[in-house]
Amino acid sequence: MTFGSLDLNSTWFIVIGALFTGYAMLDGFDLGVGALHLFTKTDEERRIMINAIGPVWDGNEVWLVTGGGALFAAFPNVYATVFSGFYLAFVLLLVALIFRAVAIEFRSKQPMPWWRRMWDIGFSAGSIVSSLLIGVAMGNIAWGIPLDERGEFAGTFRSLLGPYPLLLGVTTVALFMMHGAIYALIKTEGALHDKLRGWINNCIIFFITCYAVTTMATLLYVPHMAARVRANPWLFSIALLNMLAIANIPREIHHGRDWRAFLSSGVAMIALMGLFGLEMYPNLVLSNPTPANSLDIHNAASSQKTLAVMLTIALIGVPVVLAYTVSIYWIFRGKVKLDKMSY
Amino acid sequence: MDVLALSRIQFALTAGIHYLYPPLSIGLGVMLVVMEGLWLKTHLPIYHQMARFWTKVFALTFSIGVATGIVLEFEFGTNWATYSRYVGDVFGSALAAEGIFAFFLESGFLAVLLFGWNRVSRPVHFFATCMVCLGAHFSAIWIVVANSWMQTPAGFHIVGEGMKARAEITDFWAMVFNPSSMDRLFHTLCGAWQAGAFLVVSVSAWYLLRGKHDQFARGSLRLGLLFGLIASLLQLVSGHSSAQGVARHQPVKLAAFEGLYETASNAPLALFGWVDEKHERLVGPRIPGLLSFLAHNDASQPVVGLREAAIDPKDRPPVNLAFQLFHLMVAVGFGMILVSALGLLYFRRGSFFERRWVLWLLVLSVLGPQIGNQAGWFAAEVGRQPWIVQGLLRTSEGLSAVVKADTVLTAIILFSAIYLLLFSVFVYLLNDKIHHGPDETDLVPSGKLALPERRKP
Repeated sequence: MTFGSLDLNSTWFIVIGALFTGYAMLDGFDLGVGALHLFTKTDEERRIMINAIGPVWDGNEVWLVTGGGALFAAFPNVYATVFSGFYLAFVLLLVALIFRAVAIEFRSKQPMPWWRRMWDIGFSAGSIVSSLLIGVAMGNIAWGIPLDERGEFAGTFRSLLGPYPLLLGVTTVALFMMHGAIYALIKTEGALHDKLRGWINNCIIFFITCYAVTTMATLLYVPHMAARVRANPWLFSIALLNMLAIANIPREIHHGRDWRAFLSSGVAMIALMGLFGLEMYPNLVLSNPTPANSLDIHNAASSQKTLAVMLTIALIGVPVVLAYTVSIYWIFRGKVKLDKMSY
Repeated sequence: MDVLALSRIQFALTAGIHYLYPPLSIGLGVMLVVMEGLWLKTHLPIYHQMARFWTKVFALTFSIGVATGIVLEFEFGTNWATYSRYVGDVFGSALAAEGIFAFFLESGFLAVLLFGWNRVSRPVHFFATCMVCLGAHFSAIWIVVANSWMQTPAGFHIVGEGMKARAEITDFWAMVFNPSSMDRLFHTLCGAWQAGAFLVVSVSAWYLLRGKHDQFARGSLRLGLLFGLIASLLQLVSGHSSAQGVARHQPVKLAAFEGLYETASNAPLALFGWVDEKHERLVGPRIPGLLSFLAHNDASQPVVGLREAAIDPKDRPPVNLAFQLFHLMVAVGFGMILVSALGLLYFRRGSFFERRWVLWLLVLSVLGPQIGNQAGWFAAEVGRQPWIVQGLLRTSEGLSAVVKADTVLTAIILFSAIYLLLFSVFVYLLNDKIHHGPDETDLVPSGKLALPERRKP
């Protein structure tokens, strides 16, 4: 295989991949907690669930905003084509994300049961719809979308809801649910913790089923998403790492090592995104049925000057961001305790 | 309606509503730094109580600001794809810098600001407050830089032709410090400081009217009025400098702001009036020579009129709309100076309670900066029309090629519904917080906050 010498375009391909992977790993768990939210029954349990993600969800969402901004800056043609092409899907995603954010903020501000129930449903539905749409978008990118010779989207909203993208959407919901359940396990104690421990097996089974179906469907119907690994058998090690990481999750849960289960889940996500990136490279949006119209890291990119300037910005900014993100997670380590500042 | 009109309505709606909140966060952010700083310095619990109460209000404005802001970032791609391709090389880098430098900083340290009172020491908490405030200011910097580049493009060249043409950066710093960016940034920040300051003033005056939380209200009012007066005076300086920049770099916009059709030395400044666009004339009282003097520091210098600056009426913005918005903004700007000076005067004399109308005026003052900010932002954007990037790309050319009118209409309806919900919830909860008032227990710090300060050996 030829990754070639790592030019600026390829570097930005990796940076944007890393940003979206960071987003999946971080916002993934709080979307997952949202998806599980309605399974908890008492008001206190629900408050603990929301406060488990309380201090961090906002920062997690910034990964998506920054990923979007980086995509705009590095590959404006992809940003323009995907966002205008997936118009309604993105509007729905925005509405879901807004609704969810508002629900977290406002749920516990009033004591009335109807008020809290309304926002509970909003929070959960918003989380599920967001996860689903993110998966559907990934599915369409993998499957390929019709592009004309100017690189403009030539399909319709309905055409985006094919069986494969929907399958990827459901798999994403399952993945985030499992990831979120493990995170909630880390942040809770007592009866709720034991309850979550019971659910987590169901989450794992749900995810592994989806994962197996998606893998089969990909191999059978989307062969181009396995071509590079097929041609370079040593890359299979990444797929193997992915499978081992997933298999390790129930093992760690069984031994009560929740943190290591969470790390395994994170590694599984990194490996999955790594495989996705490897198979896509150097394309960013595949054109199906006319591959010649695909947008890749060269025909969709900004100028070399901009890519270089932005790389400087990223090299200054990202280490700082990582340093204080880690410190903030450290400050808020430990089990959730409700107090008067809690949601 | 066509896609162009609908997309413009959608952008105006979403940007206008979004812009109600970030200025409040920026202004309140500064207030929080001042309050908490005073607490650290003086150890007076009243400042702790103030910091705690206003932090809650800050959190409310911030969360709605974030929620409405994500929409804008995606909207460039959804509705203005051609524009995005055209400016991505320039605009995108500012937006990405905003994400990396501003949003992460704000949202990360906001967690400590809100939930960290009992988890970190006082200086660390104060540091977090400063970082949130700094992050809020950073976000203003990058977005205003990007927008200013659309007003006065610099540091770029055009590559390609026809549909493939796009702007590429040649000089990053020339792009960042384009002719209007620093003036407009300062102007925007002053407006934001005013918004935060007068929110504090308004709520405090309300408490005084009701005879509640007396000590808290007086303390907050004093800080709010002082900060409000400083920001309003700075706004005057910045507004003047900004207008001179417009005169130099965007003569069409200035002529539209003043309804000036004929190029004239000794050009008059309109106090208020109505532009009759059909007959190309302005009806209203004018002060001769003042516009020339303000624009060029010399009354005898000519100011370019619309007939010369944009010969074809198609190249002109909607003149009367720009005129009215601009004059509204200026009127509000002077009004805020008066209000804050008046408030401070009576505050010094301590004669508030005999003059309830002053308190009422202060309660209503919160609307001033909001009206001024909206009018000013709309004036800046309407005045640039018909260009989306001044002189390079027309707004009508920036649209997404594949998006249909009914799709945009659906989005407008969805966004309107959810924004209406957001706004009513915001008002409801703000009202609730104000009724609940500052927490009396905050006057007695507990937990980690109650620990004695470490003394130097």
